Amino acid sequence: MLDIGIVFKIAGIGILTAVLHSILKSFGKEDQAHLATLAGVTVVLFMVIQMLSELFNYVRSVFSLY
Amino acid sequence: MEILEIVGLGLIATVFYIILKEQKGVFAILLTTAFTIMIFLLMMGKIQAILQVFEDLALKANINMFYLTTIFKIIGIAYIAEFGSQICRDAGTSSIAGKIEFAAKIIIMVLAIPIIVAILETIVRLIP
Repeated sequence: MLDIGIVFKIAGIGILTAVLHSILKSFGKEDQAHLATLAGVTVVLFMVIQMLSELFNYVRSVFSLY
Repeated sequence: MEILEIVGLGLIATVFYIILKEQKGVFAILLTTAFTIMIFLLMMGKIQAILQVFEDLALKANINMFYLTTIFKIIGIAYIAEFGSQICRDAGTSSIAGKIEFAAKIIIMVLAIPIIVAILETIVRLIP
C-alpha cells in the first residue's frame, strides 16, 4: 500500500553519490566528481518527477480541475 | 493502523534527511519531496471519499452543482499550493514559497468571484 522503497532508493543513491564524490575528489579528479554528483541528482530527479506527475494527475481528476 | 506506518516512514525519512543534509543538500530536498508526494498520494484516496459524500449531500439538497465544483477546485488549488510552498520552504527559499502562496490566493479569489457575486445578488434581491 505504502511504497516505502523509493525513500530508501533516494537515500541510497544520495549516500553513494556523496561517497563517490569524496573518493574522486581525493584522487584529484574534481570535474569527474562533479559529473558523478550531477548524474546522481538527475537519476533521483527523474524518479521524483514521475511521482510528481502521478500526484498532479490524481489531484486533477479528484478535484475536477481542468 | 495506517498512522503507525506513516509515523515510522516519517522517522526513517528524517534520519536519512539528516544524513544526506550533511553530505549533499540536493538529495535531502529530493527525499523530502518524495516523502511528501507519498503522503499526499496516500491521503488523496480519503479526500476523494470525503468529496464523494459532499457531492451526494449536495445532490440530495438540490444545490447548484456549479458552486460545489468551484469549492472543490479551490480545495484542490490550496492542496497543491500547500505542497509546493512547503517543499520550497524546506529548501530554504521562503521567498519562492511566498510567491506560490500569493499566486494561489489570487487564483482562488478569481474562482470565488462568481460565488461572491451570487451572494451579493441574493442580498440585493432580499432588500426591498
